[in-house]
Amino acid sequence: MMAITLDSLRTDKRSALIATAAIGILLAVAPFVVGSALGNSWLRILDFALLYIMLALGLNIVVGFAGLLDMGYIAFYAVGAYLYALLASPHFGLHVPVWIIIPAGAVLAGVAGALLGAPTLRLRGDYLAIVTLGFGEIVRIFMNNLNAPVNITNGPQGISSIDPINMGGITLAKPLTVMGVTIPSLHAYYYLFLALTLLIVFVSIRLEDSRIGRAWVAIREDEIAAKACGINTRNIKLLAFTMGASFGGVAGGLFAGFQGFVSPESFNLMESVMVLCMVVLGGMGHIPGVILGGVMLTVLPEFFRHSAGPIQQALFGKILLDPEALRMLLFGLALVVVMLYRPAGLWPSTIRRREFRNGSASDVLKEGE
Amino acid sequence: MDIFIQQIINGLVLGSIYALVALGYTMVYGIMGLINFAHGEVVMIGAMVALFVIKALAGLPVFVTLPLALAAAAGVCMAVGFTIERVAYRPLRRAPKLAPLITAIGVSIILQNLAMLIWGRNYHAFPPILPTSDHEIFGATITSLQIVIIVIAALMMAGLTLLVQRTRLGRAMRATSENPPIAQLMGVNINQIISATFVIGSALAAVAGLMVSANYSIAHYYMGFMLGLKAFTAAVLGGIGNLAGAMLGGILLGIIESLGAGYIGDLTGGFLGSHYQDIFAFFVLIGVLIFRPSGLIGERIAERA
Amino acid sequence: MKPVLLLANAIAKHFGGVKALNGVSLTIREGEIYGLIGPNGAGKTTFFNVLTGLYHPDGGELLFEGHKLRASTPHVATQRGIARTFQNIRLFGNMTALENVMVGRHARTRAGVFGGVLRTRRTRAEEAAIHRRAEELLHYVGVAHRADDLAKHLSYGDQRRLEIARALATEPKLLALDEPAAGMNGTETESLRTLIEGIRGDGITVLLIEHDVKLVMGLCDRVAVLDYGVKICEDVPAIVQKDPKVIEAYLGGSVA
Repeated sequence: MMAITLDSLRTDKRSALIATAAIGILLAVAPFVVGSALGNSWLRILDFALLYIMLALGLNIVVGFAGLLDMGYIAFYAVGAYLYALLASPHFGLHVPVWIIIPAGAVLAGVAGALLGAPTLRLRGDYLAIVTLGFGEIVRIFMNNLNAPVNITNGPQGISSIDPINMGGITLAKPLTVMGVTIPSLHAYYYLFLALTLLIVFVSIRLEDSRIGRAWVAIREDEIAAKACGINTRNIKLLAFTMGASFGGVAGGLFAGFQGFVSPESFNLMESVMVLCMVVLGGMGHIPGVILGGVMLTVLPEFFRHSAGPIQQALFGKILLDPEALRMLLFGLALVVVMLYRPAGLWPSTIRRREFRNGSASDVLKEGE
Repeated sequence: MDIFIQQIINGLVLGSIYALVALGYTMVYGIMGLINFAHGEVVMIGAMVALFVIKALAGLPVFVTLPLALAAAAGVCMAVGFTIERVAYRPLRRAPKLAPLITAIGVSIILQNLAMLIWGRNYHAFPPILPTSDHEIFGATITSLQIVIIVIAALMMAGLTLLVQRTRLGRAMRATSENPPIAQLMGVNINQIISATFVIGSALAAVAGLMVSANYSIAHYYMGFMLGLKAFTAAVLGGIGNLAGAMLGGILLGIIESLGAGYIGDLTGGFLGSHYQDIFAFFVLIGVLIFRPSGLIGERIAERA
Repeated sequence: MKPVLLLANAIAKHFGGVKALNGVSLTIREGEIYGLIGPNGAGKTTFFNVLTGLYHPDGGELLFEGHKLRASTPHVATQRGIARTFQNIRLFGNMTALENVMVGRHARTRAGVFGGVLRTRRTRAEEAAIHRRAEELLHYVGVAHRADDLAKHLSYGDQRRLEIARALATEPKLLALDEPAAGMNGTETESLRTLIEGIRGDGITVLLIEHDVKLVMGLCDRVAVLDYGVKICEDVPAIVQKDPKVIEAYLGGSVA
């Protein structure tokens, strides 16, 4: 009996090792495969997918772990992006190095998260949703209008010619040559984003299984009982807002450097909604699910964008329907269909999946309270 | 002084429209605890349908076109509202709480882009349906159209209140929002009640859509989004789930916005201009909720242990 | 006589016009099992909520170990050593039984974000200790066999026990139990009684709200009776049982 368990443990460990190695190799060669098979536009999409994974994991701490429905999350992405844009562009003539800006962006976004979180602590679920949504809009509207009387954000035109990410004199804007191998710019960004995504995944996993992570989930499950367990719910909630926001700040800074241009349009409510969809559609609170959600919702609209026109052309010989509208239509449809067939998300944690199957009766009772 | 009154009048018009839309949000929320994210798009569809009916009937007298446009818009919206609930929300009634929120967002995206496919991405000028005659009150002007908007909105709100307070359907709706399982035990058909709620809310949305397009003489496939957001804000401001709260919140929000837009420049010494109008709604909302976390006249839910 | 652990002095709490508590004073001594009984709506649970910081009292003060207890901060009450269970069980439904108890260790442990992410040696030691203590407590209340099941899947009796284990995890000096025997059958109540006596035996003072009069009278050292927000009697069970005011309050009830 004992031997069998040990044995299966060993095979478990070995298969885990093999899986990790396989994923590692896959991630390492992905940009070359995607780049040569699908071209540079898909490589950019791959880079964006990594940015969105970072965002989704950040929001997952707030919504998935702590159960706080934040619909203005994109504001922290904006804080990170604008900090980079202001400190490393001709706009103010500043060119602060990236290794200062990105951490500063994380800190500033974290502070913003705590500041915006503080007034909302007493609010219940849906009230919280609308207030955070309001905060998100306020941040965007200020960015849109802070070009007069003093020009800070350059208003709706946004800030352009932002310095590309540049580390120790090596710029990622041009192909890199490392030990005789030339790495194109998009590939280099991929590896940088991948490294930071892995870091964020690591932090998320560690936090989930910690004293703080348990406190978050406890608040999500029952705030009053959490208080009775000695949890200072105010501080722990603020910590969730801060941590989640700081991930967003990092992603925002990377976005600004990658894109070379930021404008308020990139941070509208639809973007917040999109990140929320990634978290919920993937499987709230379950890190692999959230990552899957991030990838799916980045790739799916792009796939529709690339196929909506050509497929019509092939089928009807001409473009009957506006491809842009058609692609969003299909995307909306996909959201609805996925949620209808997998209400707990595409990849919920095993515990929660079991929950949903067995738990519907008690949920109904709960509603009636 | 006359600017002040003028802004109050403009605010009242805008607020009546917000109130009608807010009622739709609050009714659905009261009964199902769901933010019907797609409600703003229903308003947009109402506006679009009304616009095209009025255009098609151009030349006929207004007392023919207006009722027909209203009927067509309300009919289409009611069908849309009914369908949304059946397809996107009903199957998820026992699902985790955020699942229907995501389908609501999906439906919103679908409706928006469907509208874009049908009516194009351009702005449509809304034809004047009433003669543009101005009336003076207290040194400010009010158009016939604005009077009609306020009167119709007031009638609809009164009608809805009567429906909810005095009819069998209304009583069933109140019972359902209080406690669905118990209402069911008392013989209320919850599915019917929820459908009715969506249909009524959508009819109000259709009227609001026509009003807002007529008021600003414009309709656009994207117009429902911000309007819906504002109306939802209004509903929360008043206390979501509460009909009187939605009406109060809507009208207050309209007045605050229009006063804000009129005076923000003076208040901030020219630092912030009237393009900050949209911020007002949110600042007011946040301010109110910090002091009254359940809205102005929302239910006070004490933390029960 | 044992020293006073909790002194409640003229506690008042109103809801609108209703005086849920109208100047209630109690003295609970270390090591006691103290019963709080009274008809429905007498203000027992309200007193619990004031005691544990969920409600802000409208008057009066609480002294715990001789020091004033800051009002309406439940986590501070817990840190000071007051733990509670709830009348309508409040567990973290989607966490396992073990995790529920681990959450109870929150107030007595320190690891923050950095410790959690870096897993320093101290954090690892702390986590191991949390885990060990939680397992011990599950064992102690008798639900160790359900450790890895979600709390919401536990049977009613096990949920009650789990809630007690979670409360004990906070290392309380005073454990306040709100109707722990509600819905239990005779056997379950009997083993609950053994459990509570064991807890007292470990030096923890117990404050008990209970409807099961047999349990209260058999278990408690002293009993206070609330009626309409007023304490009408406080004494040893044998005397309380014979008090005419108490019989009056329960007229038609089960005490007489």
